[in-house]
Amino acid sequence: MSARRAVATLAAAVTLVAAAPCAAQAPIRIGEINSFSGIGAPFTGPYRQAIEMAVEEVNARGGVLGRKVEVLFRDDKGQPAEAVKHAQELVASEKVSLISGTFLSNVGLAVSDWAKQNRTLFVAAEPLTEAITWAKGHDHVFRVRPNTYEQGRMLAEKAGKLKYVKWATIGPNYEYGKRAWETFRDRLKELKPDVQVVGEHWPTLGKLEAGPFVTAILNQNPDALYVSLFGSDWIAFVREAKKRGLFDKTFVVGILLGEPEYIDPLGLEAPEGMLVTGYPWYDIGAPPHKDFVARFTKKYDKNPVLGSLVGYVTYLSIFEAIRKAGSTDTDKLVAAFRGLRVETPIGPISYRASDGQSTMGAWVGTTKLDARRGVGIMVNHEYVPGEKVLPSDDDVKKLRSGN
Amino acid sequence: MVLFFIASGLSLIFGVTRVVNFAHGSFYMLAAYLAYTLAAALPLGGASFYVAVALAALAVGALGTVVEVGLLRRVYRAPELYQLLLTFALVLVVSDVVKLVWGSENKTGPSAPGLGGAVRIAGQLVPTYDLALIALGPCVAAALWWLLYRTRWGVLIRAATLDREMVALLGVDQARLFTGVFALGSLLAGLAGALQVPRQALTTVMDAAIITEAFVVVVVGGMGSVPGALLAAVVIGVIDAFGVLVLPRASLVLTFVVMAVVLVVRPWGLLGRPEAQARSAGGAITAGRGVGVPRWLIAVLVAVLLVVPPLLPTFYVWVLVEILAFALFAASLHLLMGTGGMVSFGHAAAFGLGAYGAALLVRWAKAPMLVALAAAPVTAALAAVVIGFFCVRLSSIYFAMLTLAFAQIAYAIVHQWYDVTGGDNGLLGIWPAPWLASPVRYYYLALAACGAGLAALAAIGRAPFGLTLRAARDHARRAEAVGIDVHAHQWRAFVVAGFFGGLAGGTFVFLKGSVFPESLAVPVSVEPLVMVLLGGVHSLAGAPLGAALYKLLDTVVTRYTEYWQLVLGVILVALVLVFPRGILGVLGARERG
Repeated sequence: MSARRAVATLAAAVTLVAAAPCAAQAPIRIGEINSFSGIGAPFTGPYRQAIEMAVEEVNARGGVLGRKVEVLFRDDKGQPAEAVKHAQELVASEKVSLISGTFLSNVGLAVSDWAKQNRTLFVAAEPLTEAITWAKGHDHVFRVRPNTYEQGRMLAEKAGKLKYVKWATIGPNYEYGKRAWETFRDRLKELKPDVQVVGEHWPTLGKLEAGPFVTAILNQNPDALYVSLFGSDWIAFVREAKKRGLFDKTFVVGILLGEPEYIDPLGLEAPEGMLVTGYPWYDIGAPPHKDFVARFTKKYDKNPVLGSLVGYVTYLSIFEAIRKAGSTDTDKLVAAFRGLRVETPIGPISYRASDGQSTMGAWVGTTKLDARRGVGIMVNHEYVPGEKVLPSDDDVKKLRSGN
Repeated sequence: MVLFFIASGLSLIFGVTRVVNFAHGSFYMLAAYLAYTLAAALPLGGASFYVAVALAALAVGALGTVVEVGLLRRVYRAPELYQLLLTFALVLVVSDVVKLVWGSENKTGPSAPGLGGAVRIAGQLVPTYDLALIALGPCVAAALWWLLYRTRWGVLIRAATLDREMVALLGVDQARLFTGVFALGSLLAGLAGALQVPRQALTTVMDAAIITEAFVVVVVGGMGSVPGALLAAVVIGVIDAFGVLVLPRASLVLTFVVMAVVLVVRPWGLLGRPEAQARSAGGAITAGRGVGVPRWLIAVLVAVLLVVPPLLPTFYVWVLVEILAFALFAASLHLLMGTGGMVSFGHAAAFGLGAYGAALLVRWAKAPMLVALAAAPVTAALAAVVIGFFCVRLSSIYFAMLTLAFAQIAYAIVHQWYDVTGGDNGLLGIWPAPWLASPVRYYYLALAACGAGLAALAAIGRAPFGLTLRAARDHARRAEAVGIDVHAHQWRAFVVAGFFGGLAGGTFVFLKGSVFPESLAVPVSVEPLVMVLLGGVHSLAGAPLGAALYKLLDTVVTRYTEYWQLVLGVILVALVLVFPRGILGVLGARERG
């Protein structure tokens, strides 16, 4: 037990010593919590790299408010309780000015609730659940990526113009899968009242035994299938579905499935002709974006993925908020984030004052194989900004009223 | 069929060596990645894939041999469960090695050359590769049958599965037998992993996804029974595949429900046999004697815990609360596994249900915080009454797996009951009352709750009830012979352990402010197991010591390196090799020296 004390005292001493010499020009510290191991790992690696790039770039230009920026990374291991522990440590011991990150929705919600209780600013980068900014929203949380609702609606707007009437769905058996389908289905029915749902399938996340599901879907004979599977489940599904000819018979709509995170691992096995949301980094011509891709590719010798863009945009937003606030005081930062406008590689975005959701959008397009690079890509894509699909401020008030 | 390969290997290993091999899934994952790389690298055209599968399986078999000889053999003389700790450490190490070598992106392996298509059977397209696997399953089963029933080595293995002490007495070299079995088992895990490459994605979490399922198959089939593993793999495979289509809400637990039913009806699995001589899972625990902690040390410790925290930086106060909660959680498990000889793989049920009991009261009844906290142990104890009723009838690994099944069932209910529990988005805003919200004040509350819990557990261990439990642990039959109702005592112990596990969960939930189904998941059951073993299973004091050590290591290591699993795993391996009976166990032995 005395060892416990010794470690604690030692760690405290180390922190003090480390902090002392630069008191005059103390760096701005930001705590970044994410699932760097476990199920989130494939996505959070490139995300972290882009953050490191953003920080390096801003520091090379003299930092923010004349102070260097320092990011402390912590691995939440995919566990909400672990993430809360890191939040406690980062704020209490490391004196970070704000917390950012998280990938899984439940981890994001746990950190967000902690931030609310402890009046700390939390910039949620990747979690998709609507609850973060709506049902469980509060003053101290802001979210970067377009949420499940937005992406589901983007797809529905396109799918509503197509001829397909009989729909089925398959998705992971948790909130993300269910909401991804509900928002899509509800909007689709508004646009096309004759739509029928012939089957809903909810396999366990990460444990999909794809064969029987593919057979069951084929037996229901839908015109179109809405897929919210991702990661390893999606790969297993594609393999079984191809062997059984599903993609020849059925039109497929896939939320997120055009993101390089999900389409690249499939190589030339990626199905063609799917309607997807994603990130066609290879095709976005705006000079700032081309420049971003070039810098990332040069630094890491690989392509960016959506996680990289999200990480980069998240940190540009944080820098901009600190500049606007003129300080790292939490209240001032929160005020600065409301309505904050940020220039990003994909154009300007802003953070809505009503719910803290950014207006970053997503690309909607069709998949096709690129034989030269040996992967699937998106063609005929269109960038849909968040403003187009987000609910109005009045609707947001209703969504947040139960809170 | 892949499930059969991995489960038969696991079953053989457990049957003979009694090693609960958590690393079996890691071998499976490693072989998949090896096959992926080899298939791309070998210049053999269409044959590359098949050669790669064979090479990967052999390589993993060889690795299994190295692990057995290099690590496990060193701790065979320690209580059996310490090998479990070692394999747990290996899981951590392999996981980070895979991440380091192959990166964490998901990968799609090659499809099997010549077997990429599908044939039409009864109107449905069935992939030829699946048919090939279905054909391969019985072939491997037949080969194993021949090995086990037609060779001298096989006779020895079967004999050792039934009664390995007797086999040892007859002069069979156990070390060689164990190495051989471990190599064969690992090879089967490797074969399973390599054959999975054309069907599934390669991920760094595929080890965790398969290992519980493999254990379920092993237990449903009957430990050590290869035909049982085959039968169970088919049954579980069919349920996995079609059950979820019929009952999607139950997809998380269907296999566990089946396992629970099988175990309640047939406590030795479908084709297993009752153990020749009823020995409890704690068999080897009996050898040890408890290590007393001197009273003055406890007094000093209590004084330190009372005086020091206000002087510590805030974060360490929070860490102390977490340690206190886990010290009580581990100690409650110690009552089961140390004192009672009942190793539970599902103690997360107590922790999680306690946490949810408190959180639900706050959420739905707006209960005051202290009332909710008091409800946590009661909720968990009530659940333990039901779960314990079924579980205490079983012994050893079957008991452990039934507790796991109930924990998984509880997990699934909490995960799917959106209207009440909030499903996977959990319950938020479960914070302490304002007058207790400051970290130091909450710390004192936690200290009071967990300290009282620990003191009560210590008293129970020393009371006649605790001594009776020990008697039942050391020799159930003799205990019965002197008139002790063994099951009734074990049941009571289960409820008491549930009660204090629930109190730990309640303390934890107000520390974190939110609760999610993860609090009932497998890792939460494994953590206290690791803590108890690390501290020393022979003494109640080992549990809080192990909890403090593990939590501190984890906190420090995670903070300084991205590869915390590798570092933590290596430290754990070193600790097990230096302290093969837990820290207090070895210190105690030295004292008596």
